[in-house]
Amino acid sequence: MNSKLTLNTMIDRFLPIVGLTLLVVVITIMNQQFLSPDNLLNLLRQVSINGLIAFGMTFVILTGGIDLSVGSILAFSSAMTALIITSGVDPIFAMLLGSVVGLVAGAVNGLLVTAGGMAPFIATLATMTIYRGATLVVTDGNPITGLGDSLLFQLFGKGYFFGIPVPAVTMLITFVILYIILNKTVFGRETYAIGGNETAAALSGIKVNRRKIMIYALSGLMSAIAGIILASRLDSAQPTAGETYELDAIAAVVLGGTSLMGGKGRIVGTLIGVLIIGVLNNGLNLVGVSSFYQQIIKGLVIVVAVLIDRKNK
Amino acid sequence: MKRILVLLSLFVFTAGCSLEPPAWSQSGGAGDDDNVVIGVSISTLNNPFFVTLKDGIEATAEEKGYEVKVVDAQDDSAKQVNDIADLMQQGIDYLVVNPTDSAAISSSVESANGSDIPVITLDRSVESGEVAAFIASDNVAGGEMGAAFIVDQLGEGAKVAELEGVPGASATRERGEGFTNVAKESLDVVTSQTANFNRSEGLNVTQNILQANPDIEAIFSHNDEMALGAVEAAPDDVLVVGFDGSEDALNSIENGALDATVAQQPDLMGETAIDAVEKLENGEDVEDEIKVELMLETQE
Repeated sequence: MNSKLTLNTMIDRFLPIVGLTLLVVVITIMNQQFLSPDNLLNLLRQVSINGLIAFGMTFVILTGGIDLSVGSILAFSSAMTALIITSGVDPIFAMLLGSVVGLVAGAVNGLLVTAGGMAPFIATLATMTIYRGATLVVTDGNPITGLGDSLLFQLFGKGYFFGIPVPAVTMLITFVILYIILNKTVFGRETYAIGGNETAAALSGIKVNRRKIMIYALSGLMSAIAGIILASRLDSAQPTAGETYELDAIAAVVLGGTSLMGGKGRIVGTLIGVLIIGVLNNGLNLVGVSSFYQQIIKGLVIVVAVLIDRKNK
Repeated sequence: MKRILVLLSLFVFTAGCSLEPPAWSQSGGAGDDDNVVIGVSISTLNNPFFVTLKDGIEATAEEKGYEVKVVDAQDDSAKQVNDIADLMQQGIDYLVVNPTDSAAISSSVESANGSDIPVITLDRSVESGEVAAFIASDNVAGGEMGAAFIVDQLGEGAKVAELEGVPGASATRERGEGFTNVAKESLDVVTSQTANFNRSEGLNVTQNILQANPDIEAIFSHNDEMALGAVEAAPDDVLVVGFDGSEDALNSIENGALDATVAQQPDLMGETAIDAVEKLENGEDVEDEIKVELMLETQE
């Protein structure tokens, strides 16, 4: 009984990485260019946006919640950052303020879910359109350009740090910090406890509401950082940026083996899930698969991954 | 000691930062074999106009024996930047791009410039970076054409609603500008609202407009998709004018539903792009800006 359980946990843990390896092998056979250093750097940069969002989403989903507003928060914080920069404020300060905007937007989600008692799906569905509307209001529907040539701001989305794209470095540092928080701190243990059984968590003295607000705020902060990277990379803040990004983030979390019911999952899995989606996007382009089929293949990969995962449980 | 450490780490940090890709990663870039490979990045293939444009490119390229690789950005600027990076990994010789947004794609054009890949932009321009040729319809003239048709049909001072495209897109600005040039003198523009170049939004927005202003006589739409949505919502006596000349719109005109469309010629646009590639390939000059003609298609 016990050994079977460990076997299942082993499969659980290694399934995503096996899937990723298989994908890499198949794509490399079809186009060797895939494994070139140039393309790997390109790939790392491409996955960083979804990576940051998916890390925050992992915490939310571990509590049994969901955050559909991430794409809108991304657009809103990136627009606010751009507006603050164009008003003449120092870009470093503008980036900080932009992050705070995301943090607050996320905390509002948390308040609606806890104090408001709304289902996370509904609360964040509502704020998804509210924040998108707010983005259109502040930008007047136009992209915001003329973000200047502040080196730090340019580096954030377009630069390299010892040859590695800065967005990828940001993603990896964030990953390490969040990994430690989730696995080595009280905060992390309580996140799992809330997702496992909220009532029991509350009875054992965990301040459930406060934790949840912090977790939604974290998700907002991650989206904001992603939004600032995107603004730097695109040299502009796009009012329509981040549409449907919540889907890629949720897909990455699920591909990484985290349960949508909450309480079970790992952030390492999410990193692998992010890489799987990134490799699919980049690899299918390199292999020259038509964009229509690309969407079908991405969906099928998610279906197959979740089916195999369910079989194991 | 502590201070030295801080200084040292600061130094390492600044030394490691750069806006240029590392030298050891330069393996992509222009292809070296004989056949010409053209990377094509389209803003969205969820719109028949761009599908016709793509078909025009593919057909002409096949005629001339060029290889074409097409990627679809699905209207997401970030995806388009990624797509173009992926294309450049495949050793393309030319980049033909139909940008989702003129500011966002600038960095991609610059990086193509860095790899000596000539760039041709279609339908929308870019803000910075060097472009070998920008090919587009004469949208301002088209907007004027549409407004003039309404004046011609209904007389001066007719009550008109304008369905605008994606706010800020250059097609929206230019078509709106052309329309306004004529309309401000000779038409009564009751309202201008965006339906984002989208058919179902065109239907909804038109319904809303007609609820508020039942006496509207004509609707000028910045593209056919929105116009076809408007046709579903508007009573038969309201004159609806689209823009683009898509296959659906032409069919609708034939069936007597849509009244007119300012037809772009996307296939001609695609053909022009490949012609430009051929000229560049032969070392000839191309014009910086090539305007593709428009045609007013009506029920007569």
